[in-house]
Amino acid sequence: MSAPTVAFDPLEPPEPDVLAPRRRLRRRQRNTPLVAGLTLFGLIVLVALCAPLLTSHDPIQQSLNDAFLAPGSAGHPLGTDALGRDVWARLLYGARVDLRVAVLAVVSPFIIGSLIGLVAGWFGGWIDTIIGRVIDVVIAFPFLVLIIALVFTMGPGTTSIYVAITVVGWVAYARIVRAQVLVAKEQEYAMAARVSGLPTWRILLRHLLPNVVLQAIVFSMSDIVLTLLAIVTLGFLGLGVPPPTPDWGTMIQEGQQFILSKWYMSTIPGLAVVLTGLSLALIADGIVEKANRR
Amino acid sequence: MTPLLEVHDLHVDISLSHARLHAVRGVSLVVGTGEAVGLVGESGSGKSLALRALLGMLPVPVRFAGGTVLLDGEDVTGLPAKQRHRKLTDAMSMIFQDSLTALNPVMRVGDQIAEAPLRKLGKSRSEANAIAVDLMGKVGIPDPERRFRSYPHELSGGMRQRICIAIALSTKPRLILADEPTTALDVTIQAQVLGVLRRLKEEEHVAMLLVSHDLAVVSQACSRLYVMYAGKVVESGRLMDLVSVPKHPYTFSLLRSVPDPDHRVDRLLTIDGQPPDLSESLTGCSFAPRCPFATDRCRGEDPELEHVEGAVGAPRQSACWHFDSADRWAEAVQAEMARQR
Repeated sequence: MSAPTVAFDPLEPPEPDVLAPRRRLRRRQRNTPLVAGLTLFGLIVLVALCAPLLTSHDPIQQSLNDAFLAPGSAGHPLGTDALGRDVWARLLYGARVDLRVAVLAVVSPFIIGSLIGLVAGWFGGWIDTIIGRVIDVVIAFPFLVLIIALVFTMGPGTTSIYVAITVVGWVAYARIVRAQVLVAKEQEYAMAARVSGLPTWRILLRHLLPNVVLQAIVFSMSDIVLTLLAIVTLGFLGLGVPPPTPDWGTMIQEGQQFILSKWYMSTIPGLAVVLTGLSLALIADGIVEKANRR
Repeated sequence: MTPLLEVHDLHVDISLSHARLHAVRGVSLVVGTGEAVGLVGESGSGKSLALRALLGMLPVPVRFAGGTVLLDGEDVTGLPAKQRHRKLTDAMSMIFQDSLTALNPVMRVGDQIAEAPLRKLGKSRSEANAIAVDLMGKVGIPDPERRFRSYPHELSGGMRQRICIAIALSTKPRLILADEPTTALDVTIQAQVLGVLRRLKEEEHVAMLLVSHDLAVVSQACSRLYVMYAGKVVESGRLMDLVSVPKHPYTFSLLRSVPDPDHRVDRLLTIDGQPPDLSESLTGCSFAPRCPFATDRCRGEDPELEHVEGAVGAPRQSACWHFDSADRWAEAVQAEMARQR
């Protein structure tokens, strides 16, 4: 056999990237869920930020003479609660509290969980076994029971909420990232990075993390909703943000006593929770769609 | 002179739930400084595993089961893992089959090339970027400054493989391990990429160990070949000698199964049967069941890889009891084919 003869110069300049314009065109396609989710969530955040501009009422100002006004009453678009506080104002200021706590409470479990998952998945062996056992133990308890127990021990307040949610929440991120790392570390780019002799922390943070973190980000969107619900639940149980600070959970709980005669008292803050959850779920969907398109 | 890389009696096992596959069964090979060596064999012959084993990077159920790796005459197998890893990665880098998975999809290609100079060789950011642009030019990427900022998915397969070669060069290796570097490319791009590799070998004096199932590919880039079958090297020698006078029936049959534009034949030779099941212990020559020239001795005793005395182009090795009758194989096959017709 003789080697096939090459009839052209193998070093000739390669073909220009003729497909590039089409790719750019495709990227311009609409991502409806992402746009809708971001718009809705942006609106909610904007409304929360502009609370003082949107209402002249003080959310903690009581006025027993004006108690139990129905939505649509003069000066009180969404009515008043049992203590005569303006529901619209409480809803707006409640958004400030709940959104801040929910988003912040997701940041530390996200970071801690992702790093732990990265380490467990990459090194394997006994490190992975120990982390795996700890994760199993945390998961064995129902999420809310553990949160409630922790907040109860530490006393109500936002600090307790942050700590409790971090202690419980990191496991989900650790599991997601660990599973992704197990796949990614067998990929050739991970091996290529190892053959290049790069430091391990560099391979983990620069090559693996960016490729596995997407799932964790998508999950964090639903996790914000879960956290919001947890805060609302804690508020409902009297373990959340201490009164008189407005918060949706407390509002739902206060309305609960009058649910048969004044259904709107619980329903209005409930709808706020639903809308926020919906916007975050749409954002998560949009991120997945964007990633799949790439 | 001590060769750059020596591998002696390398064994690799794969532990499965029901069996243990002995995938690499004693491979020995040598790569000299600046030399381009090919390792050919069919899928599953253990060539890629041998490559990964010598780097100490086997995926989980696969296990290094023995053998020594010598770098510049120094045995690195006994060193602590960290030290061995450093020594090996300082001397070698690797190119993979699929350039899309071999590149980090979320990192600009230029940054990926500049990474090793920056993080490993301690260059400054601007020096590292200059090195990257320079390497991109060397591997034949037009307009490297602009391509520096591209992501892997924005480049064509041939361009991506060039980027991989540039990354492999960025650590200033003395040996590049290439695992089927052109298999995922079409023939014209294949020829271009091989051209790049060949030129690097000549201009940069980088040694190469090229693993492929394609004899045509290795013959375009390598001067010496190892032929693997069922986890063992069955024949080795200089490219031209090996191709013109094969001394092992497997090499002989392989060459006969490829069309040769210079010699018209009516039919190409096929190798009947299939490679042996590596979970069983083998008696005799592993190729014997498929070998048209096998004798009782072949089925009973396993031939060692031995130097072929007096053959053209030493060092020449063959693992066959009957290599001295190699010149009669062609006639025998011709006669057999004529009889079948």
